[in-house]
Amino acid sequence: MAVAFVESAEPPSQEVQAAGVTGRSPWALAARRLWRNRLAMAALGLFLLIVVVSFAAPFYAHHVAHDNPFAANLDGTTIVNGKRVPLMQQGGGTLHLGETPLPPTWHFSHYFLGADELGRDVAARVLYGGRSSLEVGVGSAVICCLIATVVALIAGYFGGLVDAVLSRIMDLIWAFPVYLLAISISTVLLTSANGLSLGPLHLVASSLWLPTIIIAFIYLPYVYRPIRGHVLSVSEKEFVQAAIAQGSSDLRLIFSDVMPNVISQVVVLLPLMIATTILTESALSFLSIGVQPPNASWGTIINDGQDLLYTRPWVAIAPGIMIVLTVLALNVLGDGVRDALDPRAKLRVEG
Amino acid sequence: MLTFIVRRVLWTVVVMFAITVTVFVLFFKTPGIDPARQIAGRNPSPAILAEIRQQFGLNRPFPVQYGLMMQKIFITRDLVSYSNQGQKVIPEIFAATPATLSLVFGAAIIWVVVAIAMGVAAALLRGTLLDPLLMVLALIGISMPVFWLGEVVNLITQSRLHDSFLFSWVPPLGYTAFTQSPSLWFKGLVFPWITLSILYIGFYARVLRANLIEIQSEDYVRTARAKGLTERRVLVRHTLRTSMITFVSLFGLDFGALVGGGALLTEVVFGIHGVGFLVYQSLTNLDLPTIMATVIYGAFFIVVANTIVDIAYAGLDPRVRPA
Repeated sequence: MAVAFVESAEPPSQEVQAAGVTGRSPWALAARRLWRNRLAMAALGLFLLIVVVSFAAPFYAHHVAHDNPFAANLDGTTIVNGKRVPLMQQGGGTLHLGETPLPPTWHFSHYFLGADELGRDVAARVLYGGRSSLEVGVGSAVICCLIATVVALIAGYFGGLVDAVLSRIMDLIWAFPVYLLAISISTVLLTSANGLSLGPLHLVASSLWLPTIIIAFIYLPYVYRPIRGHVLSVSEKEFVQAAIAQGSSDLRLIFSDVMPNVISQVVVLLPLMIATTILTESALSFLSIGVQPPNASWGTIINDGQDLLYTRPWVAIAPGIMIVLTVLALNVLGDGVRDALDPRAKLRVEG
Repeated sequence: MLTFIVRRVLWTVVVMFAITVTVFVLFFKTPGIDPARQIAGRNPSPAILAEIRQQFGLNRPFPVQYGLMMQKIFITRDLVSYSNQGQKVIPEIFAATPATLSLVFGAAIIWVVVAIAMGVAAALLRGTLLDPLLMVLALIGISMPVFWLGEVVNLITQSRLHDSFLFSWVPPLGYTAFTQSPSLWFKGLVFPWITLSILYIGFYARVLRANLIEIQSEDYVRTARAKGLTERRVLVRHTLRTSMITFVSLFGLDFGALVGGGALLTEVVFGIHGVGFLVYQSLTNLDLPTIMATVIYGAFFIVVANTIVDIAYAGLDPRVRPA
């Protein structure tokens, strides 16, 4: 620290400043606080583990399980206890009628979680499903936070009519029941034969971008409202007044004076938003208006497992456990990030 | 206060109008969409498409189309569902409302009681092991997808342990009207109530605990303690009372959202034929008129609920009343 002070007798160059004050920048302090929060780090570890395992889905399917979890395999067989058994077994349900898929074998290379009603490997599908769920969940939360932050910066900074119009639009989205709005948009877009056309951008109905954009859209006001509040309060601060007096342009004011001071609030919201969007994605997919076949997601697998619930419950239970673990990890991490970035909030609460 | 109410109600009317326009534009004017096909459901005949174009004035100007649609939804209430052979949509929505209200009211009672108990217990037991334990339970509650939880509950109560003494009284899935059989109505709703309330218990308990702890360091609470009031009296008359302001306004919003269609997933999993289930059925039949009408009515309910909450809030807490 002393070194930094001596050197700062003259205005230090960027690098010196960065080198001398590294340990004291608010982000570094927050990162250190987060690093020391063992529960939050465990949650982060769990989340990263789920991400890695889910993105290893193709590896698992090709090299461990040796099957294609996207093709019906009604006549397939696998090995249980050294014996070759069919994937679809005659009887086996409560009524001992019809065909019932193989129950979990608990063997990683042989249908670990059993087969579903089409003879597909449930374990591999859960991994692939996790990949889609995470892509849609993280993607929509990031897009939502980005757009909402930019809109909030514009509204909060310019105020007046701009703020009034943008805030009223957000109020309107807010007024709709979340799931009903998502259902309306999804049905309209999924029933139109051509998918969604936004100028040069064209999305077919089976694209993962469709649920991603829909979910990002419905949660815009939930990010916009708190961020706009922060932008308003930051814009009142003296350093912004000083920058205005110096004749800074609007763009400079917004992006180099106001934005760095609200970005921590966005970072606090992000893990909680991902938790929310993953839950929403699973709900929409469960209602078959989220992720569309041939893609699978945790929600669609739970939907597939509904008919097998009483005979082969693992088809529906396994993806649900993955959702609970992921969302729980993100919620714990979100609490940790909030405590790390805004220790005053914790002080207020913990006394 | 009166000007506040008048302004708030006027704003509500504007929002309602904006909602109808938004929904109309979404369903009829999204680029690349043929509204007649949207209304007609799966595989319509050319004759039906022509009839729909005529009925809804689809070749007339935009305001006329909008007016015709709103007339069918609000005034004559004779919007028919084509996927469902001429079933009138609006009476169907109203017929489904009692089931949704039964579900949401019961769940609300459970979640308010349990969440207050949990939040207060956690705040009082701070420093002991019970506080983090309760909060972990609350966190798990808000991390479970409600439809999955419902399926697990069904698996236990309808299948795996149904023959045990614990759950043998649980009737098969579905909803029985209270007027038909009050006991069956109650038995059939016990597990849907619990399932629906768990998310809100977790959420409200966390909010309440944080709020109680924050308020405990306020000056007026210290004054109350300094006066020599018992800890219990401070909690009930001073701390909890202030926390209730947040609690009540949150409750109003969530309750409105649930009645307005938010209980959809619980209704689907437990086969309760309420408003949400109606939307689900319409989804599988591609019955867009029903979805459209339900969304509008659901959003209206939420907007009205929010208005009531805002006015009640301003009545309770003069600080938020604008001058």
